[in-house]
Amino acid sequence: MNASITLVVLMAVMYGTGVYVMLEKSLTRILIGFLLVGNATNLLIFLMSGRSGSSPIIDGGTADAPMVDPVPQVLMLTAIVINFGVTAFILALIYRSWWLSNLGDEGDDVIAGEEEQDAAEADQAHEFHQSLEGDDDAVRAVLGEGSGAGDDDDDEPSEQERDVMR
Amino acid sequence: MSALVPLLVIIPLVGAAITLILGRYRRLQIAISVTALTAVTIAAAVLLAQVDSTGNPIVVKVGGWEPPFGIVLVVDRLSAIMVVVSALMLLGVLVFAVGQGLADRDRDTPVSIFHPTYLILSAGLFDAFIAGDLFNMYVGFEMLLAASYVLLTLGGTGARIRAGVTYVVVSLVSSLLFLGAIALIYGATGTVTMALLSDRIRELPLDVQVILCAALLIGFAVKAAIFPLSFWLPDSYPTAPAPVTAVFAGLLTKVGVYAIIRTDKLLFFDVPLTIPLLIVGGLTMLIGILGALAQADVKRLLSFTLVSHIGYMIFGVAIGTELATGATIYYIVHHITVQTALFLVVGLIERVGRSTSITRLGGLLKKAPYVAILFFIGALNLGGIPPFSGFLGKVGLFEAGAESPSPLVYVLIGAGVVTSLLTLYALMRVWNMAFWRPSEDVEGYESPLIESLQESPDAVNGSTTGVGVATRTSVLMVGATTGLIVMTLCLTVFAGPLFELAGRAAGNVATPDSYVDSVFPGGVPSDVSVGGPAGSGGAR
Repeated sequence: MNASITLVVLMAVMYGTGVYVMLEKSLTRILIGFLLVGNATNLLIFLMSGRSGSSPIIDGGTADAPMVDPVPQVLMLTAIVINFGVTAFILALIYRSWWLSNLGDEGDDVIAGEEEQDAAEADQAHEFHQSLEGDDDAVRAVLGEGSGAGDDDDDEPSEQERDVMR
Repeated sequence: MSALVPLLVIIPLVGAAITLILGRYRRLQIAISVTALTAVTIAAAVLLAQVDSTGNPIVVKVGGWEPPFGIVLVVDRLSAIMVVVSALMLLGVLVFAVGQGLADRDRDTPVSIFHPTYLILSAGLFDAFIAGDLFNMYVGFEMLLAASYVLLTLGGTGARIRAGVTYVVVSLVSSLLFLGAIALIYGATGTVTMALLSDRIRELPLDVQVILCAALLIGFAVKAAIFPLSFWLPDSYPTAPAPVTAVFAGLLTKVGVYAIIRTDKLLFFDVPLTIPLLIVGGLTMLIGILGALAQADVKRLLSFTLVSHIGYMIFGVAIGTELATGATIYYIVHHITVQTALFLVVGLIERVGRSTSITRLGGLLKKAPYVAILFFIGALNLGGIPPFSGFLGKVGLFEAGAESPSPLVYVLIGAGVVTSLLTLYALMRVWNMAFWRPSEDVEGYESPLIESLQESPDAVNGSTTGVGVATRTSVLMVGATTGLIVMTLCLTVFAGPLFELAGRAAGNVATPDSYVDSVFPGGVPSDVSVGGPAGSGGAR
């Protein structure tokens, strides 16, 4: 069986680095390692087809151009699809474990109770708004009724503040 | 009849698609998945009857392509037995899962994804059993593994994600090993059709055969949880929901064992595997059961006994005579049934006793006498007490061992007896603690029996698994468990005919030529150079 030395070396390097990276603790690195090893295995399947040879007999004759064995390519294609699906699942797993380690189980309640929380936040914002207006009134009372310009100046930052709080 | 064969895979897959679409209609989902699995069970039973009466494997050429070019599905007695037993288990566990969902009023199981995934798992399982070529077997493995990843991490809680990561990574590595082995076999022989491989592999030099065989075996050994490659199992199975654990424990490891039997008997019958397999089998038994002795958590304990009892099957495969293979097949059937049933019983215990740790369980005999009876029968059966099928299976194996004597075989028989006793010890301790001990004694209970027990790592912060766990059981759950326990009893009552059936299946397996002849009725195509560089064959 003839095989391209470049592909053999590439496969060996991918296996080596893939296994090395897979031994890490981090899930993302395990995924990278899995991708490398998986594709190295695909290369291995591809290498097993060898070089192209004479084409099969179809309709009583053969084509002029040499053909490569198609079966390993079919196997590879299937393996690639399977690896793709598994990769998608691992990505979901990584995201989920990131979620759990950063937010903990309470993270789920955020999503589940989002509407309630929205309502609660709206209430809070309303209260805050009212308290701001109360503050404004107090400030006006302190500054006295005379300074109309100061009134405007006071209003503006409080408006901004409300936006920030929202 | 042969039209039934592809249906084994198609029905669950179509069912999965429909249940996925009907995600919102819980009742329809249940109806469809139960119907699908019932249909498969019936089809499998018909196939088994057919195959057993004619004695010839049923071969289906998918798409009408002739064997070395197309995919073949082959149902011989071994495949048919495996499919029937696993279909029954899947159905029983499905009923349990439905019952659990009803008992919880679906609050804790927000999983419209359960039914589709479960059906895909079934399809993959059946595909792996009836595959006539190695690559199709790989695809079946991948289907069931991908589904099992989803089932294991169902709900995505912290503990399940942790367990899931171990399981997924280990399974991925084993799949890649399997795939690499297929590539090498293709390189050496130019085909992946098992019937043709059976003919071509024996022409290879022995050292090449050994390497190919080892590459395949390592891949399968990870899946079957055989000793040096078994440590992932007790860490990943127990955290899943009870029905999922039951299916995994009963079926997934046995697929690995099935693959080992198939490849060992059909492809690599020239490779001298007896001694390495005997050693590995013995170590699997002993180390597995020693692990079980240290566990306080019943689920973990059962996971360790699961690993340990895989050793018996490897022992049977290693001896390799027809008698031994027959006993192994019987033992596999027994073990699938009893292990699934016991995990379901633990699912009930978890609900009744609000915990699965024997340091916290107590007084269950009074609280739930019926569950106690179910556990007691299952435990005696697994431990190998005389009238039950566990005893019969082990006796069959030991008898087969004694008929092909060597010092190592006798050591293994000794190890098997010790393992059996220790299994009984571990399970009877659970009985004493959880069922017989009055519930008042649980606080401050001291006994040398439970001094050095290890709690499950997930119980550390939750203190008990049972605080938030639902405590209802439904008639369906108890009914499904009872059904499986009754099945283990049937294995005992009908042991004679079943042993004969297993013996006939072993006769099939022991003569690879019958398998090859039924795939290639006109003789093996010797000069067809499928694969490999065209015209140059393959092997170097």
